[in-house]
Amino acid sequence: MATEMLERAPAATTAPRPVRKHTLGLRARMRKHWQLYLMLALPLVWLAIFAYWPMYGAIIAFKDYNVIDGILGSRWVGLKHFERFVESYQFWRLIKNTLVLHGYELLVTFPLPIILALGLNLARRRWYRRSVQMITYAPHFISTVVVVGLIVVLVDPNTGVLNQFLGLFGVGPIEVLSNPDWFRHLYVWSAAWQTMGFSAIIYLAALTSVSPEQHEAAIVDGASRLRRVWHVDLPAIRPVAVILLILNIGSIMSVGFEKVLLLQNPLNLQTSEVIDTYVYKLGFVSQIPQFSYAAAIGLFRSLVGLVLLVVANTLARRFAKSSLW
Amino acid sequence: MTTTQAAPERESDDYLPAAVKETRADRIVLVCNYTALGLFSLAVLYPLVYVLSAAFSEPKNVQSGEVWLWPVGLSLESFRSIFDYDGIVRGFGNSVVYAIGGALLATALTLLAAYPLSRRDLPGKGLILGLFLFTMMFNGGLIPNYLVVDRTGLLDTRWAMILPTAMAVWNVIITRTYFQTTIPEDLAEAARMDGCNDLGFFWRVVLPLSKPIIAVNLLFYAVAQWNSWFNALIYLTSEHLFPLQLVLRQILVQSNVDPSQVRDVAELVRMKELQEQLKFSLIVIATIPPLLIYPFVQKHFVKGAMVGSLKG
Repeated sequence: MATEMLERAPAATTAPRPVRKHTLGLRARMRKHWQLYLMLALPLVWLAIFAYWPMYGAIIAFKDYNVIDGILGSRWVGLKHFERFVESYQFWRLIKNTLVLHGYELLVTFPLPIILALGLNLARRRWYRRSVQMITYAPHFISTVVVVGLIVVLVDPNTGVLNQFLGLFGVGPIEVLSNPDWFRHLYVWSAAWQTMGFSAIIYLAALTSVSPEQHEAAIVDGASRLRRVWHVDLPAIRPVAVILLILNIGSIMSVGFEKVLLLQNPLNLQTSEVIDTYVYKLGFVSQIPQFSYAAAIGLFRSLVGLVLLVVANTLARRFAKSSLW
Repeated sequence: MTTTQAAPERESDDYLPAAVKETRADRIVLVCNYTALGLFSLAVLYPLVYVLSAAFSEPKNVQSGEVWLWPVGLSLESFRSIFDYDGIVRGFGNSVVYAIGGALLATALTLLAAYPLSRRDLPGKGLILGLFLFTMMFNGGLIPNYLVVDRTGLLDTRWAMILPTAMAVWNVIITRTYFQTTIPEDLAEAARMDGCNDLGFFWRVVLPLSKPIIAVNLLFYAVAQWNSWFNALIYLTSEHLFPLQLVLRQILVQSNVDPSQVRDVAELVRMKELQEQLKFSLIVIATIPPLLIYPFVQKHFVKGAMVGSLKG
């Protein structure tokens, strides 16, 4: 940041003076750009209210929050709520469900867009590429509610097309939605269906930076098509892939909570209850909302996510030589 | 469309110089690739086509499994019954308001944040950027967010749908990168010498040059608003404020058709029969608006999103 600031200090007003860095002091430079700060004012106010105020409000995790005393007035209780969570019988089940669901999701939805992008890049027929792309990223624009609605309709035990199809082979109707064994597959593969095409865009962008000369040189050297994908295209994608992987690992504790909540029902809770849905229920569904306890669990989740992000980034910097920061 | 920045796209099959003969293995790879891409597309397309066909079919034909690709026994019955259901029509209207209002506000905030942050000569830029970036990695969580919305008096107002999600830091980063790569820094300096201040420069030079990224932002924010339901679930209690998605959740996911929402009893009986059918047509109706907008902004959007994400 410091070097960036120094780079363009010269004042335009006093033209003939030899251009030197630091012709203006920090305060003068800030005054010169007061209009830029003015522009930033509104976004910063928004950030303060809707991003940083909640972070401050998270201290209720260390208090016994009640409505009358407010955040400041409530009594400090230290780590009581965290201890209660770690010791509760829910703890390991929630952690396991959250990690398994997101781990599985990552395993499927991380490589698929890369494969799609490589495939699209390999195909040269313009109309074909265009149509495949158009089709595969359309689901990105469909809402979570509608996607879950689609699933509900398609797997309906009586009228759903899935069970009618299975019926052709004499396989009896399967109750997919109420079966805990099916929940993860349903969640992960519908996510793949919805995001594959859109996520491929960023890799396609990376692939456009590969110069045709590289391919031509490889061809002259006798490289086959597959070899060129492996040795020319894949390395071009790698930096982007590493960064996306780090981000994904950082958010491993916060799975697509809205969709989980929509797909959830009392019968599949065994695999579908994750940290976020549990927090939601404690705070908004239960008869007596336990704001402090719920906030503690939420904070626990955020902190683990942050730690994972830092660890993933450090590992990536050491081994893959590209990183977020 | 994705190779627009690279070498001019070639219709012919590869970079192969004419003299080099294609090997058999290469041809097989190519055929496999085209097949795989085709299968991918079919897998994505099939559920959509099925739902569309089912929505336009006679209910009994859908129940009996006769519909699997094309509509059987054309019928618009279920679409008609949608308009008898008050919640849906009202929800549709609310969603339009939230999507337009939210997109305008959010885009304005994003542009205001992104431009100053794209200027390298802004003292303290690193610190401010850090404030933005940190919120991408850490947040207060569900309960503290709710308490803030409660405290600011937004609970159960239309503002609760628009304000808390008014800015996505990710979009700020993409927009900032766009400014950095398309607006030369010297231009601002030159304008300053001509007596144009920063605000004037932003208004008269930057904005006119940024139509693609403005379109991208409007589209992203509008679609996000259109599709959101969870904020409505926790922040809104008055039914007349509910967005479409929340109403859909009741009908599609929870399979609740609220009798008080239906105008007469005959309607209710018919509704029971139509209920399955209603789901298909609802899916179609709810999906149309975002899908309609997107081809219009698509060319901007692929370009803008790519420029932004690549160098971000």
